[in-house]
Amino acid sequence: MGDDQATLVVDARGLNCPMPIVRTAQAMKALNPGDIVEVTATDPGSVRDFAAWSRTTGHALLASSTDGGLFRFVLRHK
Amino acid sequence: MEQPLNLVLFSGTDDKLQAASVLAAGAAAIGKPVHVFLQYWALDAFRTDRIGADHGLAPEAGAEGRLAVDRMARAGQTPWHETLRAAKDLGEVDIEACSLSMDLLGIEEADLDPLVDGVEGVTAFYDSAGDGQVLFI
Repeated sequence: MGDDQATLVVDARGLNCPMPIVRTAQAMKALNPGDIVEVTATDPGSVRDFAAWSRTTGHALLASSTDGGLFRFVLRHK
Repeated sequence: MEQPLNLVLFSGTDDKLQAASVLAAGAAAIGKPVHVFLQYWALDAFRTDRIGADHGLAPEAGAEGRLAVDRMARAGQTPWHETLRAAKDLGEVDIEACSLSMDLLGIEEADLDPLVDGVEGVTAFYDSAGDGQVLFI
């Protein structure tokens, strides 16, 4: 999924736990069902955190990828 | 109905307040209600005139721990009180001051940062805690 399809991009690079999730959750509050959010993060805990957050909140995790120390997540608002 | 996470904050050092604020924000992000009860030195750290000050670290941090915490701060780590503000923005996070500790420290509600929603006793704390976990930090 390319950047052009994301409704919103959250740049959480450099943020420590739990701020990548907090910033994403804050951003999601302003969005509508079906909206796509793309997140970039460097917190190594974020891979499992975004998977868990998706399961708990019901916002679908469409993609989760790792490129060196950079993590990228694509979520769809429930 | 989701059971709340109940945090009793006793210690007023920045490391423990940071760890507690991470727990609170994480719970808020998954829609879990959070009740925070501020006692003793933690309550003192929420005074408007001190909340942004250096509150030191737990003794086990030592000199090495001090350096590690300072390094994180310089790298832009969100301070604990800002993490708590974000948590309140995100979900249901209620922060109450322990009335006994208010007396002990000789402070009034007006002396406290707006993060603090009110003052209550331990009975009201347990009433709102329901069957949720209670953590003492």
